[in-house]
Amino acid sequence: MFKKRFINQLINSFFDLSPILTVVIIFQVLIIRQAIPDVGHFILGILFVLIGLTLFIQGLELSLFPLGESMAYAFARKGSLFWLLSFAFCLGFSAAIAEPALITLAKQAAELAYQKTTIIDSPSDKNNYALGFRITVAISVGLAILIGVLRIIRGWPAYYPVFYAYILIALMTPFTPLEIRAIAYDSGCVATSTLTVPLVTALGVGLATAIKGRNPMTDGFGLVVFASLTPVIFVMIYGIIV
Amino acid sequence: MDWLAQFFIRLLETARDFMPIFLVLIGFQLLVIRKPISNARKTFAGFIFVLLGVSIFLEGLDLALFPIGKLMATQLTTAEFLGINPVNKTTTWQTYAWVYIFAASLGFAVALAEPSLLAIATKAEQISGGTIRAWGLRIAVGIGLGFGLALGTFRIVTGTELYFYIIAGFSIATLQTLFTPKAILGIAFDSGSVTTTMVTVPLVTALGAGLAQTIPGRDPLSDGFGLLALASLYPIIAVLSYAQIAQWFNKRSLSSTP
Repeated sequence: MFKKRFINQLINSFFDLSPILTVVIIFQVLIIRQAIPDVGHFILGILFVLIGLTLFIQGLELSLFPLGESMAYAFARKGSLFWLLSFAFCLGFSAAIAEPALITLAKQAAELAYQKTTIIDSPSDKNNYALGFRITVAISVGLAILIGVLRIIRGWPAYYPVFYAYILIALMTPFTPLEIRAIAYDSGCVATSTLTVPLVTALGVGLATAIKGRNPMTDGFGLVVFASLTPVIFVMIYGIIV
Repeated sequence: MDWLAQFFIRLLETARDFMPIFLVLIGFQLLVIRKPISNARKTFAGFIFVLLGVSIFLEGLDLALFPIGKLMATQLTTAEFLGINPVNKTTTWQTYAWVYIFAASLGFAVALAEPSLLAIATKAEQISGGTIRAWGLRIAVGIGLGFGLALGTFRIVTGTELYFYIIAGFSIATLQTLFTPKAILGIAFDSGSVTTTMVTVPLVTALGAGLAQTIPGRDPLSDGFGLLALASLYPIIAVLSYAQIAQWFNKRSLSSTP
């Protein structure tokens, strides 16, 4: 049975990937008019992507989704707000701090600050700036999950925090150094990663199911978007202060 | 052999990146909830699957999609391809038409291949009991992502201020929420940030950097950013529109068959 599911998933994954293959091949052959360099590697790589995607989806359904939901139930039954909120914060923080895309972005931000502004004078300070940037983003993601969980418990509508975040971002942008603006906007998207999204979704949906009077559809979602907006605010603050 | 060693390093790196999350999960489960994980073997197997899956996936991206994606981003922005006269370098934004088309198709295709979006779309379909279709959601996100990226490349080409595009997007999304069924709001908002992970970020960053390098007057260091922000904002608008259209069709079919 397991084998059959794996094969089904493999076929699904192929359909998921077919659009990107079509775009790449059409552009390369018809518009740029050049053969794909190294076809052998290309085909091998596509096979890898296919198998990887299949394994990832299977693994999510076996572990992260059920675990996230069962933990949400357990916390709801335990009824300790403190532990639930600290779990939410730790989850967001730990997911963001090690995110490879964030590490890259932090380095780029430090490079930018070194070359374009007078914030950093010596190259050795770049590492500190990058680390500060990463910690700032990770803290903001943790806080976002914390506030999101609090929102589900209190039953505030999903769009409230999102709107406040939007308004704050819009108001703060003019006061942010020009160089850091685009990077601040991008930092939000980078922080919510491959594992964060399914886990946080499972947590939100699980909580909204477990708590009386909450609807998993209306209340369970909306955590991820908030977690990608707060880093923008925090990075702007970081840019203004540092 | 060489390749195997490389893959092993990749596996270790992924394990290192995921370690904090695994530790938090297991730590809270054992120390705070104080219950053994139900189905521990299945959960453990799932962790291994996720780890292996992501490593193999990334390895495949490195082998196939990233080199060709980056190559295409640079090829499409070369002066020869765009037909820019090397003597007088006057270009208008129309010169880069192929770049916008490429960005739009790339955005659409990448959204469909994104594992996190797949995960959240499946979840949404389960919970909504089939009212929201996973495919419909993913196609809506793809359209939004494509539009956002095309707009983002247009912004880099024209050198206009990112702020305006963001505020415009925010305002449209805000207006739309007033007319959208409340049940889908959370999913619509989430689907924006979901798209920008494993596949999208490296490809989009390469596109932005490539553009900022070729276009005269742009600084590769600072002008390549901002694509991701738009790539995560415009899918929200697209999904909200999808919800509105779906609602409108439902209403119409209800009123026509009394």
